[in-house]
Amino acid sequence: MKAEETYLEIYRQYSDVVAQHSAPLLNSRREAARTVLQEKGIPDISQEEYRHFDLQKALSIDYGMNLNRFVTKLNPQDVFCCDVPNLSTRLLFVVNDQCSKEPLKVALPEGVLCGSLQDFAVSHAHLLEPYYGKLSADSTDGMAALNTMFAQDGFLLYIPAGVRIEKPIQLIQVLHGKEDRMVNRRLLVIAEEGSHAQLLVCDHALSSKKFFSNQVTEIFVGKHASLEYYELEMDHEDTVRVANTLIKQDEHSSLLMNGITLQNGQTRNNIDVKLAGEYAETNLSGMALADQNHVVDNHLFVDHVSPRCTSRELYKYVLDDTARGVFGGRILVRKNAQKTAAYQSNKNLCSTREARMFTKPQLEIYADDVKCSHGTATGQIDEKALFYMRSRGISEVEARLLLKFAFTADVIDNIRLEPLKDRMKMLVEKRFRGELAKCAGCAAAGK
Amino acid sequence: MLLEIKNLHANVDGKEILKGINLIINEGEIHAIMGPNGSGKSTLSAVLTGNPAFEVTEGEIWFNGKNLLEMSPENRSREGLFLSFQYPVEIPGVSMVNFMRAAVNEHRKYRNEAALSASDFLKLMREKRSVVELDSKLANRSVNEGFSGGEKKRNEIFQMAMLEPKLSILDETDSGLDIDALRIVAQGVNKLSSPTNSTIVITHYQRLLDYIVPDKVHILYNGQIVKTAGRELVLELEEKGYDWIKQEVDGK
Repeated sequence: MKAEETYLEIYRQYSDVVAQHSAPLLNSRREAARTVLQEKGIPDISQEEYRHFDLQKALSIDYGMNLNRFVTKLNPQDVFCCDVPNLSTRLLFVVNDQCSKEPLKVALPEGVLCGSLQDFAVSHAHLLEPYYGKLSADSTDGMAALNTMFAQDGFLLYIPAGVRIEKPIQLIQVLHGKEDRMVNRRLLVIAEEGSHAQLLVCDHALSSKKFFSNQVTEIFVGKHASLEYYELEMDHEDTVRVANTLIKQDEHSSLLMNGITLQNGQTRNNIDVKLAGEYAETNLSGMALADQNHVVDNHLFVDHVSPRCTSRELYKYVLDDTARGVFGGRILVRKNAQKTAAYQSNKNLCSTREARMFTKPQLEIYADDVKCSHGTATGQIDEKALFYMRSRGISEVEARLLLKFAFTADVIDNIRLEPLKDRMKMLVEKRFRGELAKCAGCAAAGK
Repeated sequence: MLLEIKNLHANVDGKEILKGINLIINEGEIHAIMGPNGSGKSTLSAVLTGNPAFEVTEGEIWFNGKNLLEMSPENRSREGLFLSFQYPVEIPGVSMVNFMRAAVNEHRKYRNEAALSASDFLKLMREKRSVVELDSKLANRSVNEGFSGGEKKRNEIFQMAMLEPKLSILDETDSGLDIDALRIVAQGVNKLSSPTNSTIVITHYQRLLDYIVPDKVHILYNGQIVKTAGRELVLELEEKGYDWIKQEVDGK
């Protein structure tokens, strides 16, 4: 049976259970999503966009879903005593796909909503109505539809017009449990006109079970608003992460997104940015450090709808062992989008002969007064530099590490959140030294 | 005896470049190796430092009583061998500070010494930088990235000062240097020389040897040392070129 049939069948049987444990606003989007999934299905490898990411195979495992919302017993604060320090006092947790109900310890500016999507979808239904599920409804991706069908809770950040949240907000999403599990995570970020916020989302798999995280993040950046959105994945090898991040930017808005895959199993990130208002600016940075037989597949789609917008993309991959990296970078400059500036750069380091990188820039330009560029390069460690370093007494292992670390420097430099930047340097170094896996393993094993 | 090379043969890409080199260097000596283009001078320095592109097919090299050919490039460095590269390599993204800290601390680890503290390390950097008048701004940049030719060569001697080798090989360190840079580099080398460490100066020209005065001069030709003499040989070469040597050897 194809994966979509399995999940359509589950939905037929359990849609009332799903609805019962959620909010009317979330429920109101399910039926349309079901139609999309029925029509579009879940992509298989015969589809160009999914050639290197076998979703059907990944979904052939029978993951359980926690539709009855049994609470997973875990005090996430305990788990993170060693590995991930709190970058901010504004720390929230999502365990599997349930947002912790504990209120924030520190008060946020008036009008800011931050916490459980399910709760706010009840208490602030009118406020969220114009946003929730609006971007995902336009998506033709079967996985986004699957998420909308089953998402019961998630995380909401709402920043009212003119409000600046000066300190970053950190959301830690953990995968935890005694059984294999699929989670449909939902994030909604609304930055109203002239507002500003920084959000860091960290993903961690804590139990040595098979997990499938299917996430949809909808982000609205209003006029003159600016948002920094950081994602850090530190999952284990039995994790499949599929994340659709759907972004809409109004005029003069600015977005910085930095997506980092430090440790994973199989990861597919689709990032769709719609530059809907003039003078909007988007910066998409990311890097993937993959080893063993892991896969990181990032597909970016920047849609220049309006004139005078700018987009910049910088993605880097460091692949070890037999890891596979995929980068798809589609930029669409519509006929009306004159004076567009769009830049794309994808650079990759394969540090073994067996590592493979597949990259595909795809620029479609229908306007005639634009500045667009793209560049991609895939190579090996510079042997001359390696020998030069060794001739100074630096061991080969250390020299390779320094070179790999150097390669990722500009992606880390794009992080504007200083504590995170320092933290990332440390984590990347630990990751290359192989110390990260050990530490994360300890943390999980101890619980 | 610091270095002993016995009947050294080496290939690159299957072609024999070194065809039986014999050389002995004692502590405190400065040796110049001269010779026409393509005679094997740079191959010799590459083989000494363990460049994997070169294959030793015959012979032995003993360094400070140890079998050099059995050592990795990094251990050769830690044992006190240093090459000032003819073409120093640019390493974008790796700062000079991190590069040197890694190198110095690996040397210390090899000698069972504790790693230097950050402040002691920076103090050492400052002190050694002055030997070659290297700008502090360069020390904060990525290794050799965007350095001028002269700055790269000065940076090599700076690294030499940091690592305090027993044997330094200066491979065409004078090439691409103007006269002021040449003087600074040569003065740096002289400041670092002592009765216990030795230097091999590989060069085409007399120029550098006006500043760094060799105890012995060897002429390398066609993969062999064909003549060894005192510093007077330098003047003779400057006057007559290499042709007479070629004739002498090829005529045999």
